[in-house]
Amino acid sequence: MRSRAAGLARFQPASDQSLLVYFGETITPEARECVLKLLRLLESEPIRGVRNLHPAYSSLLIKFDALTLRHDELQATLRDYLGRLDSVQLPPPRLVEIPVCYGGEFGPDLQQVAELHHVTPEWAIEAHASATYTVCFLGFAPGFAYLAGLPDALATPRLGTPRRRVPAGSVGIAGHQTGVYPFSTPGGWRLIGQTPLKMFRTDRPGMCLLAIGDRVRFAPISHEQFAALESA
Amino acid sequence: MSTIEVDAPGLLTTVQDLGREGYGPMGISPSGAADAVSLRVGNRLVGNAEGAAALEMTLVGGAFLFPQGAVIALSGSDFGATLDGAAVGLWASVQVQPGQTLRLGATRSGARCYLCVAGGIAVEPLLGSASTHVLSGLGGFEGRALRRGDVLRIGPGAGPFQKRGIDAKALERLSPRKVLRVTAGPQSDWFPEPSQHAFYGGAYRVAEESNRMGLRLDGAPIAAESGREMITEGVPLGAVQVPAGGQPIILFVEQQTTGGYPKIANVICADLHSVGQLRPRDEIRFERIEFETARSLLREQETLLASEKLIRE
Repeated sequence: MRSRAAGLARFQPASDQSLLVYFGETITPEARECVLKLLRLLESEPIRGVRNLHPAYSSLLIKFDALTLRHDELQATLRDYLGRLDSVQLPPPRLVEIPVCYGGEFGPDLQQVAELHHVTPEWAIEAHASATYTVCFLGFAPGFAYLAGLPDALATPRLGTPRRRVPAGSVGIAGHQTGVYPFSTPGGWRLIGQTPLKMFRTDRPGMCLLAIGDRVRFAPISHEQFAALESA
Repeated sequence: MSTIEVDAPGLLTTVQDLGREGYGPMGISPSGAADAVSLRVGNRLVGNAEGAAALEMTLVGGAFLFPQGAVIALSGSDFGATLDGAAVGLWASVQVQPGQTLRLGATRSGARCYLCVAGGIAVEPLLGSASTHVLSGLGGFEGRALRRGDVLRIGPGAGPFQKRGIDAKALERLSPRKVLRVTAGPQSDWFPEPSQHAFYGGAYRVAEESNRMGLRLDGAPIAAESGREMITEGVPLGAVQVPAGGQPIILFVEQQTTGGYPKIANVICADLHSVGQLRPRDEIRFERIEFETARSLLREQETLLASEKLIRE
């Protein structure tokens, strides 16, 4: 019997060395689960010639060696993998807590975000810190996790003009997403706080603080706690 | 241990190899040489494995002192190199005597020149690669472009000097193109006929604010049909994405791994090294081909690169 996941999947060549697998045209928990399961299956049973995987909200980009693999051959192999998605067991997700100092110089857009939603900054902090988020995927830059689960009451469009430089550790909001900048980069997300934690460091296994599938909660901390954690 | 001392760094000189592939789930793009063909050939000229780490120079080269000497080869674009004042050609192995200084200037052709050294440049690999990811400060030499005073170590395993050059005909066939061949991008059909016509019919100029992450282009603006909602997805190397302003961007070796702009086209594998030689203000065009043709072109290029006759001894 064909699984539901396989039925959802659509293939699209993206380049002469890559193929996109789409699970529907909207972001749904079901599509996210399909992406994660296919990623895990491809990691545990690698296909010969596949060189890289780029998971996203509802799709997976598969890069392959164009000298040894063709789009149609890869698709045929993937159909078998998709047929087995339902049997992939995902371990219970990790819960990672991220301390955040909200507002002030750490969150220069907090006041405006609160005003746009006609709430107080304190209410906005409480709303952001009481939700549990899911890491949909890492992308954009090393260690940058796209988090779903932002309360509707905080959903805010990106800045009209992106900042030329966002400090590393900044916690931002863009639409229904929230996330933490691992590096000092340009960025257009609205900044509401900053974490002293390093989202990416080369001296620990896995390097990234967050991984696809993790659950995340933010915990408000004071300036003093920020300073203490930063120097720890 | 032999070393290289950086007397002048040049505009943007970094340690590069063929990049770190396989870390897309961590949001890490491969990086690596912008012109991988030149890096591979340059390494073969000095007897290295073709993916050994070398120095990638951009638009303006540096000056490098070799206190213990070395066997080197320059590949890619002509930066007017001299060794203690005497001109040094591209695409040939050169014996550098202890104490000699190699000086390079501004480019006379494309954007990048590679300095390959027998034994390779020795740096601590990150995720299996020596390549520098400039924008996130990872890998290579301290995660950054070289500065005056840096001392690089040359890896072991350099054999005795052997004179090597490249077959002229092969070099001609590998030379960078200004007409980039592309296949249809995943959102190609979002772009109506007038935009397709503008994209494939017109010329685009490489903008100044181009780098290893992406090349911004100036030319006829193109637009996807309105009302299309793009969900962020994985983006391939060489993707031609079109932001709201309508000026296309070619995503390159230090690309973001995912993106939310529609992609009209994608540069084929066999032409990616040509992108690495594009300079600001260069004029380029796009030619659309089928996936099958792209595959044959890659196979031809790889056959040429693997051929015994490529390197003359």
